[in-house]
Amino acid sequence: MTSIAKPPVRHPSSRTNALGLTVRDYEGAMSTLCAGCGHDSVTAAIVQAGWELNLEPHKVGKMSGIGCSSKTTAYFMKQSHGFNSVHGRMPSVTSGAAAANRGLTYIGVSGDGDSLSIGLGQLSHAIRRNVNMLYMLENNGVYGLTKGQFSASADVGSKSKKGEANEQSPIDPVLLALTLGATFVARSFSGDKKQLVPIIKAGLAHKGFAIIDVISPCVSFNDHEGSTKSYAFTREHEVEAVHADFVPLQREITVAETDEEVRTVVMHDGAAVRLRSTSSDYDPTDRESAYAHVRACQARGEIATGLLFVDENGRDMHDYLRTPVTPLVDVPYEKLCPGKSALDKLMARYR
Amino acid sequence: MSGINDFAFKIGTVNGTGSASANGLLMQAIFRMGIPVTGKNIFPSNIQGLPTWYEIRVSKDGYTARPSEVDLVVALNPATYAKDVATVRPGGYLVYDSSWPLEPDLVREGITILGIPFGKICVENFQGDRDRTLLRNIVYAGSLAALLDIDMTVVSSMLAEKYGKKPKLLDSNHKAIQLGYEYAKANFACPLPFRLEKMDATSDSILIDGNTACALGAVYAGATVGAWYPITPATALMEQFKAFCEKFRVDPETGEHNYAILQAEDELAAAGIIIGAGWAGARSFTNTSGPGISLMQEFIGLAYYTDIPAVFFDVQRCGPATGMPTRTQQADLMSLAYASHGDTKHLVLFPANPGEAFEMSVQSFDLAERFQTPVFVATDLDIGMNDWMVKRFEWDDSYRPDRGKVLDAAALEKIQKFSRYLDVDGDGIAARTLPGVGGKGAYFVRGSGHDKHAAYTEDSDAYQELVDRLTRKFQHAATVMPKPAFTSQEGAEIGLVCIGGCDAAVREAADKLKADGHAVDIMRIRAFPFGAEVKEFFDNHEKTFVIEQNRDAQLRSLLAIELGIPRDDMIAVLDYGGMPLTAKVVVDAVTAHVSAASQAKVSA
Repeated sequence: MTSIAKPPVRHPSSRTNALGLTVRDYEGAMSTLCAGCGHDSVTAAIVQAGWELNLEPHKVGKMSGIGCSSKTTAYFMKQSHGFNSVHGRMPSVTSGAAAANRGLTYIGVSGDGDSLSIGLGQLSHAIRRNVNMLYMLENNGVYGLTKGQFSASADVGSKSKKGEANEQSPIDPVLLALTLGATFVARSFSGDKKQLVPIIKAGLAHKGFAIIDVISPCVSFNDHEGSTKSYAFTREHEVEAVHADFVPLQREITVAETDEEVRTVVMHDGAAVRLRSTSSDYDPTDRESAYAHVRACQARGEIATGLLFVDENGRDMHDYLRTPVTPLVDVPYEKLCPGKSALDKLMARYR
Repeated sequence: MSGINDFAFKIGTVNGTGSASANGLLMQAIFRMGIPVTGKNIFPSNIQGLPTWYEIRVSKDGYTARPSEVDLVVALNPATYAKDVATVRPGGYLVYDSSWPLEPDLVREGITILGIPFGKICVENFQGDRDRTLLRNIVYAGSLAALLDIDMTVVSSMLAEKYGKKPKLLDSNHKAIQLGYEYAKANFACPLPFRLEKMDATSDSILIDGNTACALGAVYAGATVGAWYPITPATALMEQFKAFCEKFRVDPETGEHNYAILQAEDELAAAGIIIGAGWAGARSFTNTSGPGISLMQEFIGLAYYTDIPAVFFDVQRCGPATGMPTRTQQADLMSLAYASHGDTKHLVLFPANPGEAFEMSVQSFDLAERFQTPVFVATDLDIGMNDWMVKRFEWDDSYRPDRGKVLDAAALEKIQKFSRYLDVDGDGIAARTLPGVGGKGAYFVRGSGHDKHAAYTEDSDAYQELVDRLTRKFQHAATVMPKPAFTSQEGAEIGLVCIGGCDAAVREAADKLKADGHAVDIMRIRAFPFGAEVKEFFDNHEKTFVIEQNRDAQLRSLLAIELGIPRDDMIAVLDYGGMPLTAKVVVDAVTAHVSAASQAKVSA
């Protein structure tokens, strides 16, 4: 994980966003991942989404655990504080950071090993706690850094590079998140930036825990024939269930609401996400329907993608904690310490 | 022992039957009579049905250690009759429930046996099993009030305070206490030869447990994020923090909470949460015990290696594995000092009682932020869960938190380049920035190899430079950690070294040893790393005893490792059965050594 700084070259004609920043301003250090790695495309999508959303880079906390995916937080938004913590424990670190300073936008990047094996407990409890964060799960079905062991998301029958077939049933993060009550559940593909960018934007605007399972093929250890997490297999079997268009608050919604299959979900900050289901009986605001659809796709050997479920009315961690809008780190000490007279009075209780 | 305001008694009951409130009532009544008193609750890891004891020591001289013998035992648990009878000192008293015939187990020569029909009294006077069971405790409290001469007006006013709003309960409790009192008065020569007499020695004191004290310290230090996983004996610390926050930290207008308590899924997550919060700039803490510390190891190393502040309260309990969760010990010393894999060293505070726990709790947050590192406050079950008589807590309103070196936006403006781990001042502490500050303040925390600029590295020199800075920081900390507490006696050549809750027993032992003609000095260690004074004490004493509550002489090992004192020059006095230390253990060990040494001299 050597870090190589990118030369700060800026083309004079680069477009700027509302903050006067170019896309390059949302980039980070040079990636040291393998050429063609799906994760680099996900990084590019995060960069694009951040730029389009006018996120202030220094108001972002980049959180990760350990693994190829977790390295990528160094590859975007170099103006942001980043925390590359321990394997599988990024959700707890993010929970604490969010409790202390709710004024930041937290982007967590994890992988299938980090999230579904060593970190399954922490992922589950971050969902239950409903931490306000975007959780990118870059899913390739394999342990890359240790050179090709199956992960818990590997499908039954999927073959390793050495030809061995996986026999244990996979953990599907989408079904898991739906079961645990996650309020924003999506799946996408690193090779489909058009689909991925609006979902990331919607996830960033979502109040609460937004999980995006991104199939992100490992070119070194899991992109061969027989693998079910390869580029070819994913392209062939991906079925977009719900297409999301993200409409930021600043822009007027111009598309007429005539199409019955388009649903507009207003996000917490007033922005909107417009969801177009590919089938008429699919309702992305209904958890049961989302669950049934994902299961049905699975039975047909298809991968359901898109923004599969969203509920903007859920209560997040800060609602449970009843913390003020002012981040706790900004509450002055005078408001935290009851002082001498209160202590003197309190002592009577222990007499 | 045993005389006016100088005795101990013990009540053996079955847990879950409501004896705790009667025992608390007795102890508080004695305290309110102005007499120094200590209570030790010896309870099972169980909800209902197992043996439990409460020991109360009354000491006009202010000794608060666990007594080595008891003058009176109230034996109300048939399962432990034989054991309880054996603990009465020769010439002492036994009180049993005479609703049933005296069991052979309870018969012993040389003690006085008093039968009081507690069960029968309750059946005759109260309705329903629940009331009869609960009030039996109040009846024995009434009998003890008569036998020991507890001021009944004090008891009545305490009952009124407790049940003032529940007249029905007040009536039944009053009735129960009177029934017990009058039965004893009518049937025995009250009071007994050892009894109570009003004093004025507690007016500047309180009765409080260490978990409450630590929690209050966290509130006063301005801690805002607490994360934990329930564990005996540390649980009450966070529950008390919550109760204090509900009282002091809820905005009266908006109802908003100026605190966040997260009950995590396990201790690993609790550690992760407080480290995340510490990184973000909040004062954060967790409360746990040995098993939790074991689970937190990886995260502790991360915080150490990446310079992140966080406070860990370790209320130590007995044993490896699950061990004996409701027994006390000081057996986490080594695992705290060097917690986590790789080269690590940590700051640890060792309060001796709830009073010091309050002060050190506040101090731990200052140390954590000043040195940007995990700080442990190591108490134990005895300090944490038992009520201790300590001086009223004091607070100075001029206190302001020491946030350490934090560069804000204005400070960042003034520097050319921000390098997170650059030791500008030579004290091992590099300035940090908090997330959200912007400008050139952003940096990337990584548990993997990093250099002074916080960039990833696999370079040997860069790695060593960073960890050598951490050593400098640790050495610097040694100069500001709390100094040991010294107690000196004229002409002492023997030095007693102890730690934490051993304090009370060791000070009492020193008085006894002096009376026996052995002058001793005491050094109670209050922090790790050790300051220079600790080494000096060893240099200045011919013979030293290191007294601690674990099997492996962990404090002695730390002294040998860190100060280079030859291990076998320090005589280990070890008490690790899980009970609070008594003075007798120390007196016996020192006396045995001293007399063996003088005999050796004679024969030589």
